Amino acid sequence: MFKRLSPPEATNEAVVTFHFDEQTVTARLGDTVAAALLTSGISICRSTPVSNAPRAPYCMMGVCFECLVEVDGNPNVQACQVEVRDGMHVHTQQGARRLTS
Amino acid sequence: MITHDLVILGTGPAGMAAATTALEYGITPVVIDEQPAAGGQIYRALESTPVRDRRILGEDYWSGESLIKGLKDPQIDYRPATTVWQLTRQREIGLLHDDKAEMICARHIILATGAMERPMPIPGWTLPGVMTAGSGQILLKSAGAVPQAPVVLAGCGPLLLLLATQYLRAGVEIAAILDTTPRNRYRAALKHTPGALRNASTLLKGVGLLRELRRAGVRHIKGVSALRAEGSGQLERVLWKQQGDDNWQTLETPTLLLHQGVIPNTQITRAVDCHHEWDEQQLSWRPRLDEWLSTDIPGIAVAGDGGGIVGAKAAAMQGQLAGLGAALALDKLTLANSTERAQPIRKALARDTAIRPFLDVLYRPAKQWRLPDDDTLACRCEEVTGGEIRRMAEMGCRGPNQTKSFTRCGMGPCQGRMCGITVSELLADANQQSVEETGYYRLRPPFKPITLGQLAKAAEEG
Ligand SMILES: Cc1cc2nc3c(=O)[nH]c(=O)nc-3n(C[C@H](O)[C@@H](O)[C@H](O)COP(=O)(O)OP(=O)(O)OC[C@H]3O[C@@H](n4cnc5c(N)ncnc54)[C@H](O)[C@@H]3O)c2cc1C
Ligand code: FES
Repeated sequence: MFKRLSPPEATNEAVVTFHFDEQTVTARLGDTVAAALLTSGISICRSTPVSNAPRAPYCMMGVCFECLVEVDGNPNVQACQVEVRDGMHVHTQQGARRLTS
Repeated sequence: MITHDLVILGTGPAGMAAATTALEYGITPVVIDEQPAAGGQIYRALESTPVRDRRILGEDYWSGESLIKGLKDPQIDYRPATTVWQLTRQREIGLLHDDKAEMICARHIILATGAMERPMPIPGWTLPGVMTAGSGQILLKSAGAVPQAPVVLAGCGPLLLLLATQYLRAGVEIAAILDTTPRNRYRAALKHTPGALRNASTLLKGVGLLRELRRAGVRHIKGVSALRAEGSGQLERVLWKQQGDDNWQTLETPTLLLHQGVIPNTQITRAVDCHHEWDEQQLSWRPRLDEWLSTDIPGIAVAGDGGGIVGAKAAAMQGQLAGLGAALALDKLTLANSTERAQPIRKALARDTAIRPFLDVLYRPAKQWRLPDDDTLACRCEEVTGGEIRRMAEMGCRGPNQTKSFTRCGMGPCQGRMCGITVSELLADANQQSVEETGYYRLRPPFKPITLGQLAKAAEEG
């Protein structure tokens, strides 16, 4: 789990609010979805298609694809490569093997 | 389809230097990066980082400011937040920006897509809570985020020590550094000291990092010979053995950051099927490049860590060389002129990279850290173990494309980025053949996620 060196409120930075499954999450404007989740106490973003094992962001640079989530209805979005937007709906992804869907 | 003179992919030091060099010779390049801001890995989020105390990330980080300023020249068509999902041998490039796909074409392309961290397949490495050191650093630079509870760092290499000192300066508690550098390595590296001394400033920086950690009293456990991560559904503890001691030792922690060096990210050069070779010193694949850093495909060059690990400074120098190469290819410079201008760059490059043999030998990960044991996952996506790959070898599989069709290993969403090098090495080891002979996955586009809807839109407009 990760914490901020200084919370966005304390540094006058713009804040955005989005939805993750049933939760409402607050993040710093400019955060990736993965960073926003990891700093909000959310550590699991998908499960594997083979054994249903829980997975979380691993590389944060777009190579491991462990951070795949569903964003506003689109599956297979790399949470570490997408910036949060106000009102975004993010969902955990169960399974899903293909990149073209 | 619009054809541009020069398209540069990547805005790390290599891509940014290539862009400004090309501009000097009258070429106005298109520069693409999937990141929302320029900087690549080393200078990531330099303009927006919430970490304002410059001491924490260090002067090397902030030295990227001038390169980023150069990229902002209005004549450069810089397109951030744009992913390249396709590249053909005819130099057609598939772009995706804001849900909109587009195809463009280029007379000349410089790929400056950098490196990735070498996978470190230890038992438990897929547990949430186990991440890479690079990911820790990305969270620090771009979000000012650090581990909440005392963190364990494990593995080897300069980046691991750099992250430890950055954490230290930021006040992050480090439970331990578990150093997997084999003990005899220091002696083996010594014979490369004369080369390393040609780049004394880098060498001294490394020594400085170690001293900073020692002075602060960070627990630095050397000669770690075995490592595992455990927990139910989430990391709870890290266990390790030290050389010469048969007992497991334990630390409770929710965060383990792994690292054992970086390797070229060859996904794109593989996708266009450039000729690649196995670099035995760096234990990694790299595209074969000529003196202008061109691949064997006409009009496609590679600069920076994507063509073999050289480090950030040398990556920028290679960017300059590739920029000159582009000017030569696009008839903006004669061969004599570009050769003359390249000479001082080549000299500086040779001096800077003289330290590589020393670093490559010192931090060469031992076999046990590269080849997962029978019960450990090699392929994270499709959950294929080292043992399954070895069994496939026994049944006669010689290369990764065969094991792929039998086990799906390498067919998951990461398309083999995370398991490719491991499977090549596992099969080479099991079959007693060279990695070169064993080969690598054949890749198919797209190499980044794209939906059929986005593709259809591109086709209609293209
Ligand atoms: C996670 C990580 C952290 C690192 N941190 C440091 C550090 O702090 N200090 C240090 O000295 N070295 C660091 N390195 C080593 C690094 O390789 C540097 O030597 C340097 O950044 C290499 O420069 P480059 O220009 O070759 O590539 P990079 O700096 O890696 O830049 C490559 C760029 O290409 C872009 N790109 C890649 N693929 C695509 C695509 N398909 N579509 C669009 N854009 C794409 C990436 O977004 C990236 O911005 C790090 C490496 C990694 C992997
Ligand atoms: S965390 Fe690895 S791709 Fe997003």
